Amino acid sequence: MNKTKITLAATGLNNTDNPGPGIPVIRAIRESKMFDVRVIGLAYETLEPGIYMKDLVDKVYMVPYPSEGSGALIERIAYINSIENINVLIPNFDAELYTFMKSASTLEKIGIHTFLPTIEQFEERHKANLPEFGKKYNLKVPKSISLLKHSEIGEIRKEFEYPVMVKGKFYDAYVAYNEEQVRMHFNKISAKWGFPVIVQEFVKGTEVNVVALGDGKGNTIGAVPMRKQYITDKGKAWGGVTLDAPDMLKLTYHIIKSTRWRGGMELELIRTNNNDLYLIEINPRIPAWVYLAVGSGQNLPEALLKLALGQEVKPFEKFDVGKIFIRYSYDMIIDWNDFEKISTLGEI
Amino acid sequence: MKIKKNIAVSESGFVFDPSTGESFSLNQVGLELVELLKQGEDFDAIKKEILEKYDVDEISFEKYYYDFINSLNQNQLLED
Repeated sequence: MNKTKITLAATGLNNTDNPGPGIPVIRAIRESKMFDVRVIGLAYETLEPGIYMKDLVDKVYMVPYPSEGSGALIERIAYINSIENINVLIPNFDAELYTFMKSASTLEKIGIHTFLPTIEQFEERHKANLPEFGKKYNLKVPKSISLLKHSEIGEIRKEFEYPVMVKGKFYDAYVAYNEEQVRMHFNKISAKWGFPVIVQEFVKGTEVNVVALGDGKGNTIGAVPMRKQYITDKGKAWGGVTLDAPDMLKLTYHIIKSTRWRGGMELELIRTNNNDLYLIEINPRIPAWVYLAVGSGQNLPEALLKLALGQEVKPFEKFDVGKIFIRYSYDMIIDWNDFEKISTLGEI
Repeated sequence: MKIKKNIAVSESGFVFDPSTGESFSLNQVGLELVELLKQGEDFDAIKKEILEKYDVDEISFEKYYYDFINSLNQNQLLED
C-alpha cells in the first residue's frame, strides 16, 4: 500500500524522568502503515532529549514558551510552517494546550490541522472544577477546594481530615499529613504553577489509569486501562500493565459520550477497596505511557492523526491484556556542534 | 469458593490477575490447590486428593487450607 506523505509537528520532546508524550507519540506514528511521516519537533529547552533522536525526529525548531505570549508562539509556528508545510500539529503539554486551542482556527487557515478538546471541555475538567464536573456527569470524585491565598490554608481542617492531596493547576501532587506540610507544598506549587493550588480529599486505594481517544461526537475511538507497576519519586509510571477492567472502560465511554470529548485524554482513577472508581483527574492529552496502548493493539496517536486530517476512524474493538511496559534510561552521545546549532540558531 | 475466571496461572505457579495487574508466585502445593479450585472442586474433594498425595494430617490440612483461602481472598483472587 502506498503511504500518504504528511508532515507532523509535535511538542513534548522532553523524554526525561518526567517524560512528555512527544517521543512515544512520534514513535507510534512512525510505525503507521498508512503514513510516511516527516517529523518536525518543537522544543522549549535545548536539552530535551528528543531533539537529538535523529531516527525519530527529522528537524527540530526551538519555540518560545506560551507564557511569553501566545502571539510569539503562533508567529514562530507560522514561520516554521512557511518552511516545512506542516499538515498536523500534536501539542503534548497541558500548559500549552490553551494557546493551541485558542489558535486552532488561525493554524487551520495556514494549513495546520489539530484535534484538540474544545475550550469548554478543557475548562470544565480542570482539577479546580472537579466537584462540579463530578456532579454534572454523575461521577465519583474526591472533595476538593481551590486555594488562592496562603491565609486560606487554615480553612482546610474545617472541610477535610488529614492526609490531603495538594496539587498544582497543571502538574505536581503531594500528600500532606498536616497543615505545616500543606504550607510547604502550597509555596512550592504556587511558585512553579501559579494559582489556584488545589487541596483534594485523599482517597485510599490503588491508582489506575486509562488512555483514551474521543472523536468529538461522543464516540470512544480507543481506550486502554493500565495500572502503574513501578512509580518514580515524581509519581510517574516507569512500568505498567494493561488491565482487563470493564468497569474502567464503561466509565471512560460514559465520560467521552457525555462530554463529547474531542482528542486524547488520560483518566487518573483510584480504585478503592470496595471496588469503587474515583475520578481524580482528566489530563486533556495523550499521556507519556501511550506506547503501551500501541503495543497492546491500539495505535491511538495514529488514530488521532487521522481524525485531525478529517478521515473516518473506526473504533478499536480490543487490546491485549497483560502487556507490560518498562522504561529505561539511555545515554545518547551528541556532537557539541549539534548543541551549538540548536542553542544559537534555534533549529537543527 | 471459586477462583476468579480471568486469572492466568502458569505451569511454574506464576499467577496474574488481569483485573488488578497484580502478580503472585505459588509453590507446588499452592499451584495444585489453585488448579483444583479452578476446576471447581469442593473442599472435600480437595482434602481427599491432598491427603492421599501428601504426608499431612486432616487437622493440619484444614488449617493450612483455610489460611491459603484467606490469603487468596485478601488478594482479591476469589469470586463472590
